Amino acid sequence: MSKQRIVVVGNGMVGHKFIDNLATHENAEDYEIITFSEEPRLAYDRVQLSAYFSGSTAEDLMLTSEAYYQEKGVNYVLKDKVVTLDTQAKKVVTESGREEPYDKLVLATGSFPFVPPIPGRDQPHCLVYRTIEDLEAMTASAKVSKIGVVVGGGLLGLEAGNALKNLGLEVHVVEFAPRLMAVQLDEGGGALLRSKITALGVQVHTEKNTQDIVAGETCRYRMNFADGSHLETDMILFSAGIRPQDELARKYDIAIGERGGIVVDNNCLTNVDDVYAIGECALWEGRIYGLVAPGYQMAKVAVSHITGGEEQFTGADMSTKLKLLGVDVASIGDAQGRTPGCKSYVYQDGVAEVYKRLIVSEDNKKLLGVVLVGDVEAYGTLQQMCVHNMDLPESPEALILPAVEGGADAGMGVDALPDAAHICTCHEVTKGDICSAVAGGVATIGDLKAETKAGTGCGGCVSLATQLMNSELTKLGVEVNTDLCEHFAYTRQDLYNLVRIGKIKTFDDLIEKHGKGLGCDICKPTVGSVLASCWNDYVLEDAHAGLQDTNDHFLANLQKNGTYSIVPRVAGGEIKPEGLIAMGQIALKYNLYTKITGGQRIDLFGAQQHELPLIWKELIDAGFETGHAYGKSLRTVKSCVGKTWCRYGVLDSAGMAIRLENRYKGLRSPHKLKVGVSGCTRECAEAQSKDIGVIATENGWSLYVCGNGGMKPRHGDLFATGLDDATLIQYIDRVLMFYVRTGDRLQRTSVWMDNMEGGLDYLKSVVIDDKLGACEALEAEMEHVVDTYQCEWKTTIEDPEKVKRFRTFVNSDEKDNTVVFVEEREQIRPASEEEIVRFVEPEPA
Amino acid sequence: MSEENKNWQAICASTELTEPLGVRALLGDEQVAIFKVKNELYAVSAIDPFTNAAVLARGIVGDLSGKTVVASPIYKQHFCLSSGACLEDEDVSVKTYAVRDNGGQIELAQH
Repeated sequence: MSKQRIVVVGNGMVGHKFIDNLATHENAEDYEIITFSEEPRLAYDRVQLSAYFSGSTAEDLMLTSEAYYQEKGVNYVLKDKVVTLDTQAKKVVTESGREEPYDKLVLATGSFPFVPPIPGRDQPHCLVYRTIEDLEAMTASAKVSKIGVVVGGGLLGLEAGNALKNLGLEVHVVEFAPRLMAVQLDEGGGALLRSKITALGVQVHTEKNTQDIVAGETCRYRMNFADGSHLETDMILFSAGIRPQDELARKYDIAIGERGGIVVDNNCLTNVDDVYAIGECALWEGRIYGLVAPGYQMAKVAVSHITGGEEQFTGADMSTKLKLLGVDVASIGDAQGRTPGCKSYVYQDGVAEVYKRLIVSEDNKKLLGVVLVGDVEAYGTLQQMCVHNMDLPESPEALILPAVEGGADAGMGVDALPDAAHICTCHEVTKGDICSAVAGGVATIGDLKAETKAGTGCGGCVSLATQLMNSELTKLGVEVNTDLCEHFAYTRQDLYNLVRIGKIKTFDDLIEKHGKGLGCDICKPTVGSVLASCWNDYVLEDAHAGLQDTNDHFLANLQKNGTYSIVPRVAGGEIKPEGLIAMGQIALKYNLYTKITGGQRIDLFGAQQHELPLIWKELIDAGFETGHAYGKSLRTVKSCVGKTWCRYGVLDSAGMAIRLENRYKGLRSPHKLKVGVSGCTRECAEAQSKDIGVIATENGWSLYVCGNGGMKPRHGDLFATGLDDATLIQYIDRVLMFYVRTGDRLQRTSVWMDNMEGGLDYLKSVVIDDKLGACEALEAEMEHVVDTYQCEWKTTIEDPEKVKRFRTFVNSDEKDNTVVFVEEREQIRPASEEEIVRFVEPEPA
Repeated sequence: MSEENKNWQAICASTELTEPLGVRALLGDEQVAIFKVKNELYAVSAIDPFTNAAVLARGIVGDLSGKTVVASPIYKQHFCLSSGACLEDEDVSVKTYAVRDNGGQIELAQH
């Protein structure tokens, strides 16, 4: 059988999803796929478009790559629009004249932004917000503008407003309706959203009907409104909704809805045989779905129909939860309360600025809709209740009232959910999937994510997934033992609090008051680190010395043959020629193997215990200080040269890196910490793979947190954008100290984040909004660590008693005969076992 | 062999030992790790049998299920300071030595 030819018109998010699903289908080899796009690149993530203004590049937004399509045998044609369709001969023709026959045709042409027919709308700085090219035009326009107006106060309009704000403009939102997000919110929710957004400096004008756009007096343009008022602005961004891109279908007699959209049935088939339509161009039961998830469902259904499956499209849940200009907003089901006879419960907190409304059925038994503004924590549970038509509890109001300490759990609880309930809609993980993962041994949210992918898309379900996992664990009778070890029935976080609150200064004091026995190699270094984080005493004090792992104890890194490596601090990777020469001479004198590290430092290997103080005396005399490469503490701040030298740099990344490294050096933490600072979005310092990543943009610093390289790489999460130096440092102080306070033993920030209930949003609420009221204390604690910094090696070599601990033998000056080096590539290396045997016991002649 | 008949070697002053940090000493050509824990003296071979590196004097001392142990700083196996037995692998142990404080002088001998 020859292959079926599948032609996909449009390579947006949904078109790509279709191709990806078909190309990875078990019968993929039966199909030959070709796709056309009028855009110059393959599919990218339009949902995340605004990230483009906070440091992401077009590259970051890509959902696929040409290499991937090539690997899967998918043919693609860019910058060539399909203009002619012959449903009789079953072929398409493109703008450039290319003809392609098809067996099945999939229209995934998406939508285009609706620009109201206002006179004057065609001027140069009147733009739309849909493609990467649009973003480039916005960026260019913003450079010569001070004020920007967004026409449209819906979801996309507010996103666009955020983009303009990130571009540094004074932003106005002009809306025709009486409130913001009129589709998703009710009056109360819309009003609170408006007041919150206004407080953020975005001016909102509702019930404004633009009559024309003319030349302005103080700005480039003036918008005249029907009520006689006007607004001066330098640029205008239209975001007044979308219209299905149905032009091609319209020309060739494919059925179109009255108000546009290609009519499809439950198989996503149009009225013409073998022609499908999916995504925002498709009209199902009189509805256009302007969200990506329903589009993905359609893509799946079309693949299923083509490959002989039975999946049907039967509508989609339009619930949304998102952050607009930093305000949490969620809408579920009939948010407007349009169902006849429905009733509602409203909770409003004018102080905390929270609005919640439940719309319930006439008999008060079912949940029909929800509006949440300012606090969307209940979203997961409520959305599930609504979608699964579950019975409401006796007092539905408890679902939106704030939890009172000691009060009963108000929520319905996850137990009531059916097994088929989708907990993670991004990855279609059901309650049943999570339950079986827990039954299979998963007991932490980090493992749950790895096992089921739940919570790894938008992250909105992490709290619900955690509740479910904990409830299942309890049911299975699993008692999660979080004791640090047999000596302390506490977690690291508990011990931190005991030390901090009880002002405990030594391990002996802590174990006497809160533990038992002598301690071990688990609790001793943990407590040593906590004590250092809190009080920052010299780690080799007699009371602390026995707590340190050998690395900390000898302030160097133990290698496999019992020798050590030495890494002096080279802040930001910046080193003077004199420093390089001194280090080279010291390495030569002590015959050390030298290697450049991944963190832009120099590692000197092969030092014996007794040589460490001698070498460090010389390094300190040459101006070096300890690099803490041995500690669970700040390692390096990697940087590029930045604006100072680079043609593309926009800020002084090397300068910031040195400043950060000097600020946080010596900070003891649950695990090692790495930081990177890049001078532009080209990201040469690989900051997104660091615990703290800083990237310069034209609007200031973007801060990424909790990235990781290593065994399980994780890109850092974008935490804040447009920061000045002071705010950047303030946020990093708070994030790091919060990690020091709450991280588990040997838990990197990436895992800490993965296990944090509430995730990134929670961390932001603690660090940016000061939800816990802890910011002042976090900063003071960091300030203490910064103020009490000492170079541990300097303190050590100045104390003869401490230097004595480095002697190899307490009763002899002989060398350690187990340490044997051989040469390789003209440097030393440890001898292998066989080489040592030969060396120590030569064969008899 | 009774205590008196042992070939005791003077090693260092007892003030050289800080609880619970280990020190390394040579007894003949054997490397020995000496510890003082809760006023008890212990001496075991300083060589980690898993790596043949002379690192045991640099391990963290503690107790596990009532046994006083040192953890190898390389791969973290635990060795009982009294018997020399490895807690993680019953086929492996380290040699132990006799150790005493003789009037302020630490002394070592073969068992």
